[in-house]
Amino acid sequence: MSVALDSQLGRPATRVGIWRRRILIGIVVTYMAILILAPIGALIQGAFANGLGAMFTALNDPDVLSAFWRTLLIAAITIVVHVICGTAVAWVLVRHRFPGRRLLNGLIDLPFAISPVIAGLMLILLFGRRGIFAPLIEATGVQIAFALPGMIIATLFVTLPFMVRELMPVLEAFGIEQEQAASTLGASGWQTFRLVTFPALRWGFIYGLTLTFARALGEFGAVLVVSGGVQGRTETATMYVFRALDERQYTGAYSAALVLGLFSLVLVMGAEILRRRER
Amino acid sequence: MTTITSTRYRAARERSSLPWGRWGVRTVALTYLTVMLILPLAVIIQYGFQDGLGGIWNAINQPVARHALWLTLWTAAVMALINAVMGTLTAYVLVRYSFPGKALLNGVVDLPFAIPTLVTGVTLVVLYGPQSAIGAWLENELGWRIIFAPPGIIIALLFVAFPFVVRTVQPVLESLDRDQEEAAATLGAGAWTIFRRVTLPPLLMPLISGTLLSFARAIGEFGAIVIVAGNIPRRSQTAAVYVFGQVEAGYPDIASAVSIVMLAIAFGLVLLVDYLQPRRGKPAAEEAQ
Repeated sequence: MSVALDSQLGRPATRVGIWRRRILIGIVVTYMAILILAPIGALIQGAFANGLGAMFTALNDPDVLSAFWRTLLIAAITIVVHVICGTAVAWVLVRHRFPGRRLLNGLIDLPFAISPVIAGLMLILLFGRRGIFAPLIEATGVQIAFALPGMIIATLFVTLPFMVRELMPVLEAFGIEQEQAASTLGASGWQTFRLVTFPALRWGFIYGLTLTFARALGEFGAVLVVSGGVQGRTETATMYVFRALDERQYTGAYSAALVLGLFSLVLVMGAEILRRRER
Repeated sequence: MTTITSTRYRAARERSSLPWGRWGVRTVALTYLTVMLILPLAVIIQYGFQDGLGGIWNAINQPVARHALWLTLWTAAVMALINAVMGTLTAYVLVRYSFPGKALLNGVVDLPFAIPTLVTGVTLVVLYGPQSAIGAWLENELGWRIIFAPPGIIIALLFVAFPFVVRTVQPVLESLDRDQEEAAATLGAGAWTIFRRVTLPPLLMPLISGTLLSFARAIGEFGAIVIVAGNIPRRSQTAAVYVFGQVEAGYPDIASAVSIVMLAIAFGLVLLVDYLQPRRGKPAAEEAQ
């Protein structure tokens, strides 16, 4: 291979060149194997160390199951909210012109730059016992911090950019000619969106949803800070892993981490493969 | 030309559509962004600055906080340097050489983005922790402590931030014309000279951007670090873990003050990267010349 490439370059394939190529490939493969693959392999081995039975017993604990269900519930609600509000945000940022639009566009990426712990702290400052909305919360009796609503808001915050950033370029590229044609033919605004715009955005939706879901499953810092991680009540799958490690329940911690990691991996890689195939 | 027509189309579209539908969508979007982004940001800034800059200075000048911030900054810097070198090398190998398993290797680059960072932390503890053979060997034979120590933090950050440099350098390297390298080779330049004088200069901007982004990402990392480094004040406690501890202990004011410093660093870096980014419409290679 290298000989062919080098002769394409019009350079003689020297012995030095071949060795340089081998050494560089070797360094990169070794680096990635040690940094990325070895730890993942160790986790798989650690989870299976006591056999499938031990793994199953550890995961079949009521608290663990409820933690996984809570994670799935939060991720599902996050997706629904982002499909509606994320689409509205992308739509308004692309199609509408109003003062402050560019500033808002810049702010969209903020959750990626903010530490999840700080995101959780912000929500505590808003909804906590001494937070700004404390009187409102007392009046209505709806608990947000240290409860499911706060965990959902925290997850919404950290996943905000995915949907918007997937949809914006597609909306921009799609343009408005076809929508105009539809409305000229008498379609209403909602009909135009449903029958013309939405099909064009379909793939953007699918990627945005997948990435949002994967990130929501794995969120830890923000939900931990906002919920306190009470076992069996506000504990998510990631918090269970954290607690199990602390309590030296290694099989449970490793198995749950493996399940979480595999799930996210399949989602993200699946989206990536779909994306490449579509192009 | 196209922008003028599309603006005109857009104006026509805005006139033709139902005004209340438009305002409805806009209201939903703006309310959502206000509640989700602006309000949280405003409240932490207000809370962090309630005692002015002096209050922030006092908070970060506590020995434990100072140590946590310093540990965060230096481990992130070491990570960024290693990541810059190894990321560029990886991008170079992936673009310039073809070898069996290359597509697989290219896929592995994205793994760190796909795996929850907490799980990353667990994988490293399994591999290097005191229970594992490798961890025990490193500690007993070589005296290297990885877990609950700065090396573990750096390794965790390297894992988490690996794709940043590779994925910013790779596309630019792909778009580079190889004519100049060939010309340099014809004129008798060695491989290293060609890389340094011809290939590297156009890669410098994306390389710096990717490195700064990985640094910014490292400042706020929590999930992987809290597992790998634990929470030992003045030894392995980073700023994010310190903020977490202060919130848990019921000191949101101290947590906010330290958060403000972390946010300022992260935002500053992101703005810098935005400034360094080549202007739209011009290929990066052209911009760098």
